[in-house]
Amino acid sequence: MTRLAWWIVFIIGALYFLVPLLATFIFSLGQPIGPKAAPPSFEFYGEVLTSPLFWKSLGYSFVIGIVTIIVSISLLMPTAYWVRLRVPRARPFVEFITLLPFVIPPIILVFGLIQTFSQNFVPLTHTDFGSNVLLVAAYTVLSFPYMYRAIDTGLQATDVRSLTEAAQSLGAGWFRILVFVILPNLRVAVLSGAFLTLAIVIGEFTIASFLARPAFGPYLYLLGSNRAYEPAAVTIISFGLTWLAMIMIAFIGRGGRARVAVNRVH
Amino acid sequence: MTDAVLPRVDQGAPTARPGRRFSWSWLGLVPFFAFAGAFLIIPTFYLVNGSFHTEDGAFTLQNYADLADPTIIGAFQASIEISAVTAIIGGIFGFLLAYAVIRGGLPSILGAALMTFSGVASNFAGVPLALAFTFTLGVSGLITILLQPLGIDLARGDFSIYSKIGLEICYLYFQFPLMVLIMAPAIQGLKAEWREASENMGASTFQYWRHIALPILTPTLLGTMILLFGNAFGAQATAYTLTGELNIVTLLLTRQINGDVLNNVNLGYAVGMGMVAVMGVTILAYIWLQNRAARWQR
Amino acid sequence: MAFLTLTSIQKLFPGGVAAVADFNLDVARGEFVSFLGPSGCGKTTTLRMIAGFEKPTSGTITVNGKDITYTSPNQRNVGMVFQSYALFPNMTVAGNIGFGLKVRKRPKAEIAKKVDELIELMHLQGRADRYPWQMSGGQQQRVALARALAIEPQVLLLDEPLSALDAKIRIVLRKEIRSIQRQLGITTVYVTHDQEEALSLSDRVVVMNEGHIEQIGVPSEIYNFPTTAFVASFVGTLNLVSAGVIDAAAGRVSVAGQEIRTNRAISSAASGDIVTLALRPEGIALGDGPDGSNRIHGTIDDINFLGSIVRIRLHLNDGAGGKAPTTIALDTFNEPHLMVPTVGADVAVSFPREACFVLGASRDSGVASEDVGAKV
Repeated sequence: MTRLAWWIVFIIGALYFLVPLLATFIFSLGQPIGPKAAPPSFEFYGEVLTSPLFWKSLGYSFVIGIVTIIVSISLLMPTAYWVRLRVPRARPFVEFITLLPFVIPPIILVFGLIQTFSQNFVPLTHTDFGSNVLLVAAYTVLSFPYMYRAIDTGLQATDVRSLTEAAQSLGAGWFRILVFVILPNLRVAVLSGAFLTLAIVIGEFTIASFLARPAFGPYLYLLGSNRAYEPAAVTIISFGLTWLAMIMIAFIGRGGRARVAVNRVH
Repeated sequence: MTDAVLPRVDQGAPTARPGRRFSWSWLGLVPFFAFAGAFLIIPTFYLVNGSFHTEDGAFTLQNYADLADPTIIGAFQASIEISAVTAIIGGIFGFLLAYAVIRGGLPSILGAALMTFSGVASNFAGVPLALAFTFTLGVSGLITILLQPLGIDLARGDFSIYSKIGLEICYLYFQFPLMVLIMAPAIQGLKAEWREASENMGASTFQYWRHIALPILTPTLLGTMILLFGNAFGAQATAYTLTGELNIVTLLLTRQINGDVLNNVNLGYAVGMGMVAVMGVTILAYIWLQNRAARWQR
Repeated sequence: MAFLTLTSIQKLFPGGVAAVADFNLDVARGEFVSFLGPSGCGKTTTLRMIAGFEKPTSGTITVNGKDITYTSPNQRNVGMVFQSYALFPNMTVAGNIGFGLKVRKRPKAEIAKKVDELIELMHLQGRADRYPWQMSGGQQQRVALARALAIEPQVLLLDEPLSALDAKIRIVLRKEIRSIQRQLGITTVYVTHDQEEALSLSDRVVVMNEGHIEQIGVPSEIYNFPTTAFVASFVGTLNLVSAGVIDAAAGRVSVAGQEIRTNRAISSAASGDIVTLALRPEGIALGDGPDGSNRIHGTIDDINFLGSIVRIRLHLNDGAGGKAPTTIALDTFNEPHLMVPTVGADVAVSFPREACFVLGASRDSGVASEDVGAKV
């Protein structure tokens, strides 16, 4: 009897999750139901996939994502390594900073970034390049909580001290140690974090729009304001891309413990 | 930093001097602190500082007094309400959903599907989510159209997806998954033996829940709901896409950043600080509850 | 009249694997019975069927005359002590112990009194307000036992309760468990893979293997007169050698070309058959021994000093044609004047007829042990 109750719970949940997706998909085919019905068609997908703006904004976000990943790993991996190996007393400070993005949501962050960097002192907001730098910086900051934790957990699982000492005794310098000895052992953590970052960056809207960047999020918003059916197609595509990223993360992490991949940027 | 003894971790490093309070090793952290300083601390500090000054640069607490403005208060009230409602509903139903697939006797493939989907859904938030719900419950949405022959006209009736309730319905789409993802390990952590031991002692299912399972889960349940609260409070993209008109804190700030609707930049900073304060309290409560939950995992 | 009876209990798992098959046991009131066997032999599954956490595929379980085979676990009034203690982490020691009574809605005063009694009994004074995570493994197990006893169960079930503890604590606790059990007179079933525990604690031992009962008997029977090769090798350190039957009625067999006399007729085989002969290491001595002893010759392989005992391993000279020679081990006291032979030396060892016997085939335990019982 109770099993029936649990089935009902599950079905309600499944309906709630699936109906909006279904509705979006139906819309992406035109409007095949209702008083103004038109026969379903994939033309809107065609419109989207041949639209230069779609590729430009997707490409832009993708590149920004990759750059963010590189910056984030380059910054956090040596830091986590150093804290673990050399300066354990710094741990509370570093962890506090990596948790700050929870307390400072994206809108506050971008608010502060704009105000700070539109001054003549470091006028990053005045140029495209400067704004791009700000975007990458903001996304890197947003990646702190999960990237740092993933890398730190990965370091905990490897015997960092012994590996370092072994490498040093063989004559390796710090760069070599980090890149060729430590990083390969963090593959799972780093790759999972990378795919999560990519998914987050491509879907992000708040910061990109305030910084007036031609990213995928603002593109979708614009499309949603101006067109009827193309946004549905892009939404489905976007959902598909997120699925892909999650599958990659699951694939990379197979055999290990499940990680909670959570987005905080919305 | 009053440790009398430096931890002995500096062996092998050419520049280390065990026994000294200041170690050159801290220099290795400069890039991180510099980056965080430039792109996180200083911008935040800029807002903090600005909130305590007038436009002319004089120190003042007036901005905080001005937070009593009805619009601002209204925005905070609405945000808190929306966040609380979605946190509670998201928390309760999310927990039930997680329990259903883990211990409810459903086929295990459904559990795996739910977990994977939750990972995707919690990242689906923002513009796409808002659009999906307009396609579902909007003026020409699927459900709207399907319900019209039944005499329920969502487009003209009192319900609108572009309202507070509409936003709450939308927010649940990422609140449920977050709850599921975080509660799943906690539910799995309920050892089967505790259930067996309680049955062995003669307890009914209700008594097991009342005396054992719920007390054990409560810190995680509450903590996660608090996390859900913070999640909803800080959300901007979804609300902005769904309806830019609603008076909630994030949209108020959006309007402020775009066009200084408050006519006082520094007041805007104070509003931002108000938001940070709410988030700060949220996170502290969450951390405190996490520590309580961790005690029992030994 | 048995207090706890299991009749023809069988448990099949999906896929046809029989976790327990044809299990029959009568336990008298107040008796302490152990289920002994290796991992996967079905002992825990059987215990859980008594507790009600598993349902038998067929067969019945009765306690004090009442059939409880399909009763739900929270209505059986059997107390279980789990291997991992399973203490409720959100309750204090007092809370845990009193939980069964609270569920039965006993008045607070009664619960408090019972909890105090049990805290006294289990030497947990001063710890009533502690939480499980504040206590050591041994203390937690005491609380688990107290909790099970608080409900005054008809049957007490213990599932390898000591296997997670240090050796020293194990010995202390197991004595406590036994003395409390005797004091309270509770019918008890104890599951373990440690033969020392089973033999030292129990009134009777049920040796199990691969879901079947191999032998049921008092500890001395199990140790001295195992009826199957499995029991013989699992309990104690018997030597098992192949022997050819020379004269079944006279109990004479041949090992490595040397004639051995046993004390009993061989009922399960005929002349010319190959059987398994069991030899206790402590029954074998170096040298020719008194007249009438069995003697065999072999070559020393190695010598181990185990403190008070010296274990000598030797092989019999029957390793011809590529077959591995039979090895046996003998234990002898480590006396100061012991003349220990060197490795590689040829020696004669002797043992009396009573120190060896032929094993029956597996699973005719019922018949064999009654035979033995009658003779002893």
